[in-house]
Amino acid sequence: MKKFIKLISTTVPLPIENIDTDQIIPARFLKATTREGFGENLFCDWRYDANHETKSGFVLNDPMYSGKIMVAGKNFGCGSSREHAAWALQDYGFDVVISSFFADIFKGNALNNGLLPVQVSDKFLNRIFTNINQNPDTEIEINLENQTVTLLENGEVEDFEINAYKKACLINGIDDIDFILRNKNLIEEYEESRKA
Amino acid sequence: MAKTLLEKIWDAHIVKSADGFPDILYIDTHLIHEVTSPQAFDGLRQRGLPVFRPGQTVATADHNVPTLNQHLPIKEELSRFQVDTLTKNCAEFGIELYGLGHPFQGIVHVIGPELGITLPGKTIVCGDSHTSTHGAFGAIAFGIGTSQVEQVFATQCLLLQKPKTMKIEVNGTLLKGVGAKDIILYVISQISAAGGTGYFIEYAGSAIRALSMEARMTICNMSIEMGARGGLIAPDQTTYDYVKGRKFAPEKNDWETSLAYWKTLFSDEDAKFDSVLTFNANSITPMITYGTNPGMGMGINENVPSVESKTQSEQLSYQKALTYMGFDDKMPLLGKPVDYVFIGSCTNSRIEDLREVASFVKGRMKAENVTAWIVPGSKQVELQAREEGLDQIFLQAGFELREPGCSACLGMNEDKIPAGKYCVSTSNRNFEGRQGPNARTMLVSPLTAAAAAVTGRITDVREMMETSDFER
Repeated sequence: MKKFIKLISTTVPLPIENIDTDQIIPARFLKATTREGFGENLFCDWRYDANHETKSGFVLNDPMYSGKIMVAGKNFGCGSSREHAAWALQDYGFDVVISSFFADIFKGNALNNGLLPVQVSDKFLNRIFTNINQNPDTEIEINLENQTVTLLENGEVEDFEINAYKKACLINGIDDIDFILRNKNLIEEYEESRKA
Repeated sequence: MAKTLLEKIWDAHIVKSADGFPDILYIDTHLIHEVTSPQAFDGLRQRGLPVFRPGQTVATADHNVPTLNQHLPIKEELSRFQVDTLTKNCAEFGIELYGLGHPFQGIVHVIGPELGITLPGKTIVCGDSHTSTHGAFGAIAFGIGTSQVEQVFATQCLLLQKPKTMKIEVNGTLLKGVGAKDIILYVISQISAAGGTGYFIEYAGSAIRALSMEARMTICNMSIEMGARGGLIAPDQTTYDYVKGRKFAPEKNDWETSLAYWKTLFSDEDAKFDSVLTFNANSITPMITYGTNPGMGMGINENVPSVESKTQSEQLSYQKALTYMGFDDKMPLLGKPVDYVFIGSCTNSRIEDLREVASFVKGRMKAENVTAWIVPGSKQVELQAREEGLDQIFLQAGFELREPGCSACLGMNEDKIPAGKYCVSTSNRNFEGRQGPNARTMLVSPLTAAAAAVTGRITDVREMMETSDFER
């Protein structure tokens, strides 16, 4: 798995609440049998019209905004468990999503792929949106080691939470399978104990 | 110490628990389908690992299959390749597959219960968020991502934090014309599409106890629509009666041993939940959604909530949802013409759902402006519907009975709702584009869907229920 330690980047703001994984990657693009290439259809129905022309009002089509951090409204990633949503965001070029609330399954999928979900307070999220609104080149620093998110322009900072184990996985680029396989004897013992 | 039902099952499946780490939880049953498994199989190949316990995984093809002419090769090339990939992967890794053409094929959350694979006290996972359905039997069942599918393949375990627990009690008697789907749409409308996030829900109360297994599955199925990882209901006589005699259910001595264990599966009286919510069954009316997430639901006689009733931060998303749906705030939905009626999905495609619809549409005819699809949840449901003559009732009423699959629930296979069209649907999600690009979905119960098909409009089914043979 890809390592994550620290990132400084401009952002792409999407101040919509309850963005579900059907928006992030519509089901009709889930026919692929590999993990690659989902980025080109990220937010497809918000990015393109029925003739596949770009929609001017959508932030991914706005040259003012770019970067490796997406900032989104609360309850990001709700709905379908499709991991393709995390793959699509990563494939497009995002390494971090900031929101004030993440749906459980999306959050787990993101962490399992080295895409960092950073949960901030509603108040701080609004500060970020306001800053980006005033200055689209606003840079944000994500420091996983210290668990901080900082608006570099004015130094405003907030801590974020992450499970200690998941943090270690991201910093070291290891995944759950490596961890569980080290306990294989315990799994077999458990199975034996249930037969008794 | 007093334990909740979730804690009892969870604790019985812990392989290793250590401070500062997630638990290693043993998974009894792994269900897979064509869409979220291929990358996990690839992962195994890259690591050079076998499937650790292939006998504990069962596969079917459901999401990406046509629901007409299933005996013919799948026309769409990418879909055919994905389904073929599942077949090849199952053969290579030694996994039982109930693919197209198999008498057990169907929606993964319909076939697990009807085959007796889903049992009380089990841990069950699948790369699909509606795995929560199986919780109706008093199992811990939840959806996982593809990386976790690979974990279960490789180790038959998952690394998990124990979720918080929530109890949702629904007490009292349901009113006429109100069913399980209305209960769950009502609860979600009360606590929002995010109200259950971080929790595992136990449904309890007299209204839940009174429900059939099919109805309980409808409730647990939509737990994810309020953000909850899963939902479960303590097993009781209704559960045992449903399970007994099914294909893979325990038999003879095993049945007695299992039953004795299942009878210990309830939340102790003084068990502590992190959150408890209580609702009255008799305040629930037939429900309908007006927006683009399942929390945006209301009683069918109500008006769409006003923009001003939403907080500042919600208003942008709220307005966007109404614009997408082509609705104004404060407007009623009753009487609004509909284009499609979809009866199916892992929420409402079981035999009981089909019987309910058939008993309502018998002797009636669908409206001319409506295309009405009924998609059974499995080959077994389809067969039973035909044996009971329901197919003839649907035919005479102008409904099209199709072959099993996820169908128009998710806009992935051939069954899509055209752009701009209104679909009254018994499925579980009304997200933008869920049933096809720019399709507009309104979630309802099977009965409300049937009423809309007959009148061609959003209809309060209670007004059409004078006949005495249709008292609930």
